[in-house]
Amino acid sequence: MTDANYLNAEYSLRSWFFTTDHKRIAILYFASLILFFFIGGAAATAIRIELATPQADLVSSDMYNRLFTMHGIIMVWFFLIPSIPNTLGNFIVPLMIGARDLAFPRLNLLSWYLFMLGGTVTLFTVLAGGIDTGWTFYTPFSTLYSNSYVAVAVTGVFISGFSSILTGLNFIVTIHRLRAPGLTWYRLPLFIWSLYATSIILVLATPVLAMTLVLIAVERLLGVGIFDPAIGGDPLLFQHLFWFYSHPAVYIMILPGMGVINELISCFSRKAVFGYKFVAWASLAIAAVGFLVWGHHMFVSGQSLLASLVFSFMSFVVAVPSAIKVFNWTATLHKGSIHFDAPMLYALAFIGLFTIGGLTGLFLACLAYDVHATDTYFVVAHFHYIMVGGMVTAYFGGLHYWWPKMTGRLYSEYWARTAAVLIFFGFNLTFFPQFVLGAEGMPRRYHVYPPEFQVWNVLSSGGATILAVAYLLPLFYLGYSLFFGARAPANPWNAPGLEWQTPSPPPEHNFDQQPIVTRPPYQYSPDFKAEPQNA
Amino acid sequence: MTNWPPPLHLVGAWLALVALLVLTVSLAHLPLGAFNAAIAMSIGAVKAAIVAAIFMELRHRDATTLIFAGAGLFWLGILLWLGMMDFLTRT
Ligand SMILES: [Cu+2]
Repeated sequence: MTDANYLNAEYSLRSWFFTTDHKRIAILYFASLILFFFIGGAAATAIRIELATPQADLVSSDMYNRLFTMHGIIMVWFFLIPSIPNTLGNFIVPLMIGARDLAFPRLNLLSWYLFMLGGTVTLFTVLAGGIDTGWTFYTPFSTLYSNSYVAVAVTGVFISGFSSILTGLNFIVTIHRLRAPGLTWYRLPLFIWSLYATSIILVLATPVLAMTLVLIAVERLLGVGIFDPAIGGDPLLFQHLFWFYSHPAVYIMILPGMGVINELISCFSRKAVFGYKFVAWASLAIAAVGFLVWGHHMFVSGQSLLASLVFSFMSFVVAVPSAIKVFNWTATLHKGSIHFDAPMLYALAFIGLFTIGGLTGLFLACLAYDVHATDTYFVVAHFHYIMVGGMVTAYFGGLHYWWPKMTGRLYSEYWARTAAVLIFFGFNLTFFPQFVLGAEGMPRRYHVYPPEFQVWNVLSSGGATILAVAYLLPLFYLGYSLFFGARAPANPWNAPGLEWQTPSPPPEHNFDQQPIVTRPPYQYSPDFKAEPQNA
Repeated sequence: MTNWPPPLHLVGAWLALVALLVLTVSLAHLPLGAFNAAIAMSIGAVKAAIVAAIFMELRHRDATTLIFAGAGLFWLGILLWLGMMDFLTRT
């Protein structure tokens, strides 16, 4: 028998769907995100099958447009943006700071319902026949020409935006107000700093997305001139508004991943993160400077040269804090006692893949090179290295790291390592060829291409097969562990964070006694034993 | 139940917003050229201030809350500043 915990406290459906426990809401999000991940993944699979040959053989051009649009919308708004904040963040933030729950538990539940409502509306678009604008909804196509369900899809994303805002607000207030006694800002684990920075972006950027989407609907349905120059609008205004949100949204997607990596690198090197304050402030610097670079998506749009120069320069500047983090993680490994447990394999994969993604971002920040690379597979490869190689890898790393805490079960280390290695190889085989294709000039968003591009496309589709299998594997061994895995001890990794100083799975109110924090995070004795933050 | 004071200040603020709306609409009909837009924007700013101070209750809040509210305004400024930079220097 196990002790009373949040999972066995009550079993009714009502106790799940009306719960205000951050841990249960995290599980609700987790289950929903698995669903969206596989829907978005199915679209990607169809795309890669189609691209295995130069001619069209699986779908029509029109259908292909709908496939990559759905892939983008689902993966960005219904998987990547909520992924780490709403599952791992929701579960771990209160535990890490020694709180009983988030500051606004009911708002947290409302956030999940809004997310599901937005997701349902978006999935309805798929059933109704799809949308063909690309996830970016560029005007004038989305407002004047597209005959697909633009207004419905936009409504779905609009609703899910409020879920983002509520989550961001909840985290900000929680981190300000609910830290355990003794837990000063500089004693916070870096995962908290990165989620704090993420939350600031969520709260400041998402309203701009919401209003931009409303403006599309206003122009499309009511004919008010906002983006269409024929009726008095500005054709670039849409891109400015959209990327004012969507570039910072890249940091919504990657900052939480960086946060997870701090925890993993430190725990499996048995060392404090090198340069703690630099890493902490780098998160906030990324959040702030990330708002000043959006025009790098518009270098070929007809934007003024001065604007392009300024946005190009700022895009180089925003790479600095990310580079600081990569150097500091590497320095953390130095003279550490490194353990290659599954979460660490994911963390190391993250560092390599994120670095490639980040450096190729600098190529694209160069005005001249970007003219050549815009709308080619180079861009596709670049952002998949950040979002899939970076964020999804960090998500899997964090999931494995905190799985014993969340479920109270241990998974098969052998299978977890196998999946990590397969993901790394499958990912590189899928996306590295796309850099070559892009440099050679293959444009994105076409389902037919000249035969000389086939070799690289076949490699990419082959890699995607490995990647698909690797992403399915955890479903089996993690699922298996839920029922047959060994019971997890409170602190299976011997880590110093507060979340490990309470049983696995945690009791309903997280801690039997209010923890008092006495030292900075990530402290290990000279013989690599964890020194808990509250001891 | 919490004992709410009668929300007289809210009613007053609402009346002020309606009065300013009437003022905006009537002034829009005067032939003032570029000043029409300037006047409409200024009245808009006053309305936003009323909403922030009274409906959002920012006048009773501590420094942290004011910083966050100010950040919203500051970030709106970034959007307008860098957006206008393109618009005003396009060839
Ligand atoms: Cu960008």
